Amino acid sequence: MAKPPASVEALTERYGPHLNYAPAGGWQDESVHPAERLVKTHCCFCGQQCGIQLKVRENRVIGFEPWEEFPFNRGMLCPKGVKRYLQGSHPDRLLDPLLRTDRGFRRAAWDEALDFTARRLREIQERHGKDAVAVYGGASLTTEKSYLLGKFARVALGTRHIDYNGRLCMVSAGTAYKLAFGVDRSPIPWSDILNAQVLLIIGANIADCAPITTDYVWRCRDNGGKLIVVDPRMTPITRNADLYLPVRAGTDLALLMGLLHVVLRDGLENRAFIAERTVGFEAVAESVKSYDPRAVAEKTGVAPEAIEKAARWFAQADRAIALHARGLEHHSKGVENCLAVINLCLAIGHLGREGAGCAMITGQGNGQGGREHGQKCDQLPGQRPISDPVARRHVAQVWGIRPEEIPQGGLTAVEIMEAIHRGEIKGLLSICFNPLVSLPDANFTHEALEKLEFLGIIDFFLSETAHYADVVLAGSLQEEEEGVGCTAEGRVVHIQKAVDPPGNARGDAMIICDLARRLGKGQYFPYGNTREIFEELREASRGGIADYYGITYEKIDRQMGVFWPCPTLDHPGTPRLFEGGKSFHPDGKFHFVATEWRESGDPVGDDYPVYLTTGRLVGHYLSGTQTRRIGALVDQHDEPWLEIHPRLAMRYGISDADWVTVTTRRSEITLRAQVVRTIRPDTVFIPYHWPHGQSANRLTHRTLDPRSKIPEFKISACQLRRADGAPEWARRKGGA
Amino acid sequence: MFGYEFYVDPSRCIGCQSCVKACEECETHRGRSMINFDFIDRRNTIATAAYVCWHCDEPTCAEVCPADAIKKTEDGVVQSSLKPRCIGCSNCVLACPFGIPKMVPEYEQMMKCDMCYDRTSVGKRPMCATVCPSQALAYVKPEEIARRPEKATNLFHFGNQRITTQVYMMVPPDRDSVSVDVADYIWEGEHAAVPAS
Repeated sequence: MAKPPASVEALTERYGPHLNYAPAGGWQDESVHPAERLVKTHCCFCGQQCGIQLKVRENRVIGFEPWEEFPFNRGMLCPKGVKRYLQGSHPDRLLDPLLRTDRGFRRAAWDEALDFTARRLREIQERHGKDAVAVYGGASLTTEKSYLLGKFARVALGTRHIDYNGRLCMVSAGTAYKLAFGVDRSPIPWSDILNAQVLLIIGANIADCAPITTDYVWRCRDNGGKLIVVDPRMTPITRNADLYLPVRAGTDLALLMGLLHVVLRDGLENRAFIAERTVGFEAVAESVKSYDPRAVAEKTGVAPEAIEKAARWFAQADRAIALHARGLEHHSKGVENCLAVINLCLAIGHLGREGAGCAMITGQGNGQGGREHGQKCDQLPGQRPISDPVARRHVAQVWGIRPEEIPQGGLTAVEIMEAIHRGEIKGLLSICFNPLVSLPDANFTHEALEKLEFLGIIDFFLSETAHYADVVLAGSLQEEEEGVGCTAEGRVVHIQKAVDPPGNARGDAMIICDLARRLGKGQYFPYGNTREIFEELREASRGGIADYYGITYEKIDRQMGVFWPCPTLDHPGTPRLFEGGKSFHPDGKFHFVATEWRESGDPVGDDYPVYLTTGRLVGHYLSGTQTRRIGALVDQHDEPWLEIHPRLAMRYGISDADWVTVTTRRSEITLRAQVVRTIRPDTVFIPYHWPHGQSANRLTHRTLDPRSKIPEFKISACQLRRADGAPEWARRKGGA
Repeated sequence: MFGYEFYVDPSRCIGCQSCVKACEECETHRGRSMINFDFIDRRNTIATAAYVCWHCDEPTCAEVCPADAIKKTEDGVVQSSLKPRCIGCSNCVLACPFGIPKMVPEYEQMMKCDMCYDRTSVGKRPMCATVCPSQALAYVKPEEIARRPEKATNLFHFGNQRITTQVYMMVPPDRDSVSVDVADYIWEGEHAAVPAS
């Protein structure tokens, strides 16, 4: 049983999070010992993957310098990017493998830790079958590591069950774009945003989650573009919105269908585009018939006039772009929500031209690249469906195995945790994932982790999930292994190795290869470095949708990134998709897909009368494993809070800074109120970056979108009450 | 400097505090941020604002300093107080109409934004404006800022005090200056200070 071997307090005392404020040697050290070199690479935090130069001295990253020549961000960085350099020589950094003991963890030699890991995985598989072991990956891994992990699961372990934390991020958009376009990538490069006459930003808190995109939005407005923002909260980009639609949480679909209703009612659709380039229009037109602005207003809480205006602005512009992110996608109808955006763009013909289209704003560090080459349960490298016999043959040939040896598709991330809870999956190897904080219904995750017979973790810090581990293999930060990432734009960028892993920590890729050798499959993992993995990945993706064959590390450096698909070495890459008017579907058409309204999986009603929505803050990244250890970022946001409108606060007798207990059908947590007029009066918001008693995900639920299997993080039903005093976590924090 | 000017546009600020964090990385005062950052009124608005020192042509902070500790470089950058001269009286803190200088008790010295003098004096851009994701702080050539619909001004009125600065504020295109006092809009007779536009 994988119970933590010591209390949370004891493990936190030993392994952090502790706060690192200053670079190794202190603030003044650089004036005495200047950097030896600057390494041009990319930020590890978020899908923008901004260019940055890391200052290196004596195998340590000691600071950063903006990289102004990199075209995407031109030197710009958010606070996470500014402070990311403080991780490498962090006192919490794991420098050796750890093995669990009765009282905590002890340091172990690599041979012992790897032998133990391989033996336990093999024992479980021999006793309970191959699929009794699952693998969790992460979208912050380089694309090489993501590829390698997919191959490791399927070839070395032979399990069906590998999935990744991008399941909590991009999959609704990815599923919708594949259904409509046959490809999962933003159709536009970000430079197109500058040329749009209208921007429709729906469910995307750009200022906090994709800060550099703000500059593109503002420059669009400088050029005369109009900005429409759709969100239950006024996020910072709303300050310059020309039109703000305060949509009720969970009703985006109705709003989008209402916009299309107005477009079709007023004859603003592009008949030629629909006739020549698309299929499926009639069913979609039929589906929006009842969505007149008055009915939509009742459902969404957005005024009918505002719906009319937004529809006209978007449809009457020659060039308009719709941008969306997790606010639209984290729903049990997340795929429908994204399809409704696509249907709107297709009906007007906003696609395949400069300044026109729709785009998902990918969230995680390598959110795009991490989902293209094989750690998704249903995909093989090159965005190939794992069920496709042709794809299986191609990949099997690259891997040197028979197609039937590749397992079929397995369970998704949340489903894997549920199978662990049911006792069907008994062993888990996890890298770059902190499910205790990031999965919905955290108490359930806690129960499931305790049921595991074996939990192996590869990570550079001891995450809250790693408290449950039998073995922790000390892995590498992004800047400690060379590779590539793919940005939100679809631009493949080069992650440079700046330093070696410190102490006895090792590169993740080499750890995985060593495990494969111990599982008797070393011949399939002969790589001496990550460049050799990339060479194989190029072949494995060749002819696929995400075709990387024409991309090399050198070409990326020369061109400041290469947009895929890039099928040949002399191909420049493809910044904008669909310019020939053709989709990636075999028929070349863009597919309208009709959408249908469904209620949330956690309905608001008399018993739980308030909408709860969750999200991110600019200073923290995902489960906070990294950013909760960086002093300057913790100073910016040191604990979660409850955002609540004064009207709702008054109903419950809550004043600013009061302690409030939030209860859902799963659990409750207590945190401070921040009373603000910038959120709908029927909705409260909690940021999710924290564990245990501060965990927003103790409150969320496991309802999944039936196609994308994304959890419905953005809407839960809750009760509120003013708490008598500070919760236990706050008393401990206060030193009481 | 080197053809670049510093422009501040609070309406672009998204409150991310990248400038605050990056300022700490500036070599002349590493570990200490000199950015003035405000949530204007978080209860009622998402508006935030980040400022650097405006680097006045005739700096009030230097004029009121009894120890003559605040110096301006030849290229117009107003520096932190000179440590050997500063007596820690806080006159500058109280007098600056923009509220920029800060007394740092552990150093017994006034410190303020020096426009990343180590960087800007050699042709590099200051940390804050280079990283700012919304370009609310921008250090660019005038022709680049001219692409924005707003206008740049470096003329401020604080009551009867008229200040011109090195750093520009972006204002609506029909304005020529920034005025913060109702008195600026009042006719006070022929000999009073010129009213703001």
